[in-house]
Amino acid sequence: MTSGVDLGRPQTQAVGSDEDVVRVRQLVRTVAVAAKLSLVDQTKVVTAASELARNTLVYGGGGSVEVSTVDNGRKQGIKILFADSGPGIADLNLALTDGYTTGGGLGLGLSGARRLVDEFDIQTAPGQGTRITITKWSR
Amino acid sequence: MERVPILKIGDILLVSIQVDMSDQTAVALQEDLAERIVATGCHGVIIDITALDIVDSFVGRMLSTIASISRVLDAETVVVGMRPAVAITLVELGLSLNGIRTALNVERGMELIAAERADQGDDEFDYGPDTELTASP
Repeated sequence: MTSGVDLGRPQTQAVGSDEDVVRVRQLVRTVAVAAKLSLVDQTKVVTAASELARNTLVYGGGGSVEVSTVDNGRKQGIKILFADSGPGIADLNLALTDGYTTGGGLGLGLSGARRLVDEFDIQTAPGQGTRITITKWSR
Repeated sequence: MERVPILKIGDILLVSIQVDMSDQTAVALQEDLAERIVATGCHGVIIDITALDIVDSFVGRMLSTIASISRVLDAETVVVGMRPAVAITLVELGLSLNGIRTALNVERGMELIAAERADQGDDEFDYGPDTELTASP
């Protein structure tokens, strides 16, 4: 494997600083290339990962990101889990609304990231932290 | 933290972002640019994002903010070199890049700024037909 990433197992990146968000982007890019995503799909999933990793840092108080390749028999894809033990999200519908923010941002992170990927799953509750899983398939 | 260099070419400040910017680097660039605009009196800012493989909402907001700050300081901002995949992703993400002018490359960006300044120059010295009448003997 020329990418230097062992795709047989998930890659984990801790998220505790700005620089870690950059590392998440780079890791996701490497795995997305290996999963044979098109350039546009690579760009979409890296952008979504950047938004969600920033949320993990800013709202979740830090956490971790796990990146792996997936294969459903017909096509390959990339699956990314963002996990934090932060305060969680009380009103998920509101949080997923375009333009809603509690942090002074544009309010596009969560809603925008969801539009950029094929599958988006979020598990959260007040005081329970947040776990978001996204998947992007090759076409 | 890495810092993005700002080059002065004539009346224009040129920023070519060559690193995968952390959020801190992006905020520092915003502040550095504001200072350089005032220090140099430049009337144009070109931000070259050819090397950026993504623009997320944070960087998008930074570009909008730079454009707004520049305008207040009497400088035009043009973002050049956006990759097609980045443009497609930005639109799907929902970022509108309010107030940002774009051009395909640095050369066209410089032409855009020059044209903009020329238009403004014309306006300033156009006193209209009334002025001409009173000026004639």
